[in-house]
Amino acid sequence: MTDKKSHPSLLGATLAIVQKDLAAEFRSRELFSAMLVFSLLVIIIFNFALELDIEVRRTVAAGVLWTTFAFAGTLGLNRSMAVEKDRGCMDGLLLAPVDRSAIFFGKAISNLVFMLVVEAIVLPVYALLYDEMRIFQPGFLGVILLGSIGYIGVGTLLSTMSVQTRMREVLLPILLFPIAIPVLLAAVKASSGILSGAEWAEIVTPINILILYDVVFIAVPYMFFDAVVEE
Amino acid sequence: MQSKPIALTILDVVSIIVLGISTYLALVFAPTEAVMGEVQRVFYFHIGTAWIGLLGFIIAAIAGITYLVTKDLKWDRFEVAAVEVSTVFFFLTIVLGSIWARPAWNTWWTWDPRLTTAAVTELIYIAYFMLRQGIDDPDKRARFGALYTLLGGISAPITFMVIRLFRTIHPVVIGNQSAAAQGGFSMSSDMKVAFFFALFAFTVIFVDLIWHRVRLGALQEKVEQLKLKLSD
Amino acid sequence: MIEVRKLVKRFGLKAVLRGLDFTVQPGEFVALLGPNGAGKTTFLRILASLSRPSLGEVRVAGYSLPNEAAQVRARLGVVSHMPLLYPDLTAEENLRFYARMYGLENQSARITEVLEMVGLEKRRGDLVRTFSRGMQQRLAIGRAVIHDPEVMLFDEPYTGLDQDASEMLDEVLKSVAARGRTVVMTSHDLARAEDLATRFDILSRGVIAASTTQAELKNTNLLAYYKQALAD
Repeated sequence: MTDKKSHPSLLGATLAIVQKDLAAEFRSRELFSAMLVFSLLVIIIFNFALELDIEVRRTVAAGVLWTTFAFAGTLGLNRSMAVEKDRGCMDGLLLAPVDRSAIFFGKAISNLVFMLVVEAIVLPVYALLYDEMRIFQPGFLGVILLGSIGYIGVGTLLSTMSVQTRMREVLLPILLFPIAIPVLLAAVKASSGILSGAEWAEIVTPINILILYDVVFIAVPYMFFDAVVEE
Repeated sequence: MQSKPIALTILDVVSIIVLGISTYLALVFAPTEAVMGEVQRVFYFHIGTAWIGLLGFIIAAIAGITYLVTKDLKWDRFEVAAVEVSTVFFFLTIVLGSIWARPAWNTWWTWDPRLTTAAVTELIYIAYFMLRQGIDDPDKRARFGALYTLLGGISAPITFMVIRLFRTIHPVVIGNQSAAAQGGFSMSSDMKVAFFFALFAFTVIFVDLIWHRVRLGALQEKVEQLKLKLSD
Repeated sequence: MIEVRKLVKRFGLKAVLRGLDFTVQPGEFVALLGPNGAGKTTFLRILASLSRPSLGEVRVAGYSLPNEAAQVRARLGVVSHMPLLYPDLTAEENLRFYARMYGLENQSARITEVLEMVGLEKRRGDLVRTFSRGMQQRLAIGRAVIHDPEVMLFDEPYTGLDQDASEMLDEVLKSVAARGRTVVMTSHDLARAEDLATRFDILSRGVIAASTTQAELKNTNLLAYYKQALAD
C-alpha cells in the first residue's frame, strides 16, 4: 500500500513545536517571570553571602553568573516539560506522524530560547549593579551561548525523564547537576579567563571541552530520545 | 538456578584467600616506604578498590548500552550489580585515600581532579538509584537507568578533564618523576609484588561480588514471578 | 480496519494483555468495556502507537505496529479524557499547531471547517484556558479529526463532564468524530456506550471475554449482558 497521507518534514515539525512554545510563553510569561525573578534573587543573595567587594567580584563574577543560570535553567526545564505532561500534550506530540527527534529538537530549542532570553536580561542587570562592562564582549557572550547549548541539550533529555518519575520536579537537579558539571565548570573557567583578559592559550582548552560536550550531549539525546518517550 | 553453583562457592573461598594474601603482602611483606612511613601501606588497597570502582563504572555503562540495544532485562541486572559494587568501592577508595592524605597532604580532602571526579561519580550513582526508585514499570526503569549510566559514563571523563584545568596535587604513581614532591614515590620490586597482587585480588573479589549480585537479581525476579502466579 | 492477533503486553513480569485477539471491520463502532485494571487503556495505547506490544501482531488501517507507526499515526485520531490542548494558546492556534504537526495543506480552510463542525467558530480567538470542560472536550475532538483520520480511538471521553456537557459531547462524537469512520471506545458509562456503539466487547483478565452486537442485544440490555459476561 502506498502512503498517500502527507507527513511534515523534521524541520517543519521542529519549528511548529518551537513556535507553539514561544507563542504560549510570550502570552503567559509564567516561565520567564519565574526564571527572571529567581535569577535576580540569587544574585542578591550572592552579593551578601560572598561580600562581593570589587576585588572578589572580579574573580567570582563568572561563577556567580553560571550558578544563577544553572538554577534558573532547571526551573525553566521543569516547567517546559510539565506543560506537556500535565494535560497529556506529550501524547498529542507522540501521536503526530513526526520523527521523535523533532520533539527533542523542538523542546530543546524552545528551552534554549527561554534560557537565552533570561540571560539577556540578567547580564545587563548584573553589569549595571556591579559596573562590570567587560561582560559585553563577543568572547564572553560566545561562551555563554556554548555553555547554555550543552546544559539545555542534556537538561531537555533529563527533564523528559524526571517528569515521568514519582518525584518529578525534585529529581531534575539531582539528575542534571552531576552530569552537567563539566559544562558548568568549563564555562566558568573560560568566561572568567576572558574576563581577566587571559591569553588565548589558557582559554582554548575549556572552550574545546565546551564544544566537545555540546556535540556529545546533543548527539546522545538525539539517538536515545525514543527510549525516553516510548512505553 | 535454585541452589548456589559450586563454581561460585569456590570463587568465594578463592576471594577470601587472595584478600588474605593481599593483606599480608601490603602490611607485612612490602617494605616500609622511606618518606611517608607505614601509612603508605594503605595505598595498595586504595589502588585495588579504585581499580574495581572504575571497572564497575565502565562495565555498567557497557551493560547499559547493551540493554538499550537488546532490551534483555538480564543486562539490566548486570548494570545494577556493577553500579552497586562500584558505588561501595569508590566510597572505600575515597575513605582510604583520605586516611593517606591526612599525613601526606596535611588534609583529609582536596579538590583534586581524581578526588572530585570520584565524588561526582558517587553523586551520579546516588541520582541513579533515586531515578530507578521513582519508576514502577520495570522496562522503563531499566531503560532510564541504562541511559543514565551511559550519560554518566560519558560525562565523568569530561569532568576529569575539566577539573584538571583548575589544579592538582594528586600523585601520578607510575612513571612520573616530578610527582615525588606531591607524595609520589617509585616502587621497589617487593612493593610491585604487593601492588600487582592487590589489583589481582580485588579483580577476583569484584567478579565474585558481581556474580552474587546478578544471581540475587535473578532470584528476586523469580520471587516476583511466583508471587504473580499466586495472585492469579 | 484493525486487526490484532495474540497480543501480549507485559510490564516487567506482569502480563496485562494475554494473547488478545481483536478485529474491527471498516465503519464499525466498538465499545470496549471491562472492570478497572482489565487492560482497556493499555490496549488503546497500543492501538494508538503510544505503547509497544510485547508480543503479537497489530495492524491498524493496513499498517503494522510498531514498525509502520508513522503511517498509522497519520490515519488515526485520539480523543482521551485529557484534552491534549495548550491552555495558553487560542483554539485556532491549537488547531494550527496540530495541523502543522500532521503536515496538512490548506490549513486555514481546514481549521475553519473543523471549528464550525464542533461549534466553536465564535470562540476561535479565545484562549483555551477560558473554555469550560465541555468546550475543551469539543475542541479536543476537533483536534483529533483535523487530519481526517480513518480510525478514531476514544479513551473514556466523558470523564469529568456533567450531564449536559456529556449530551453535547454525544452529539459531536456521533456527528463529527464517528461518521464514516471506524471507532474503538473505552467507557465506564454503559448507557452512553449502548447508545453509540454497534458492537460491545468485554475485556477481562487481558483477553476479550465476550462480544455482542447492537442487533443481538435487542431483548436484553447491555448492563445485564455485561454482568453475565463478567460472572462467567
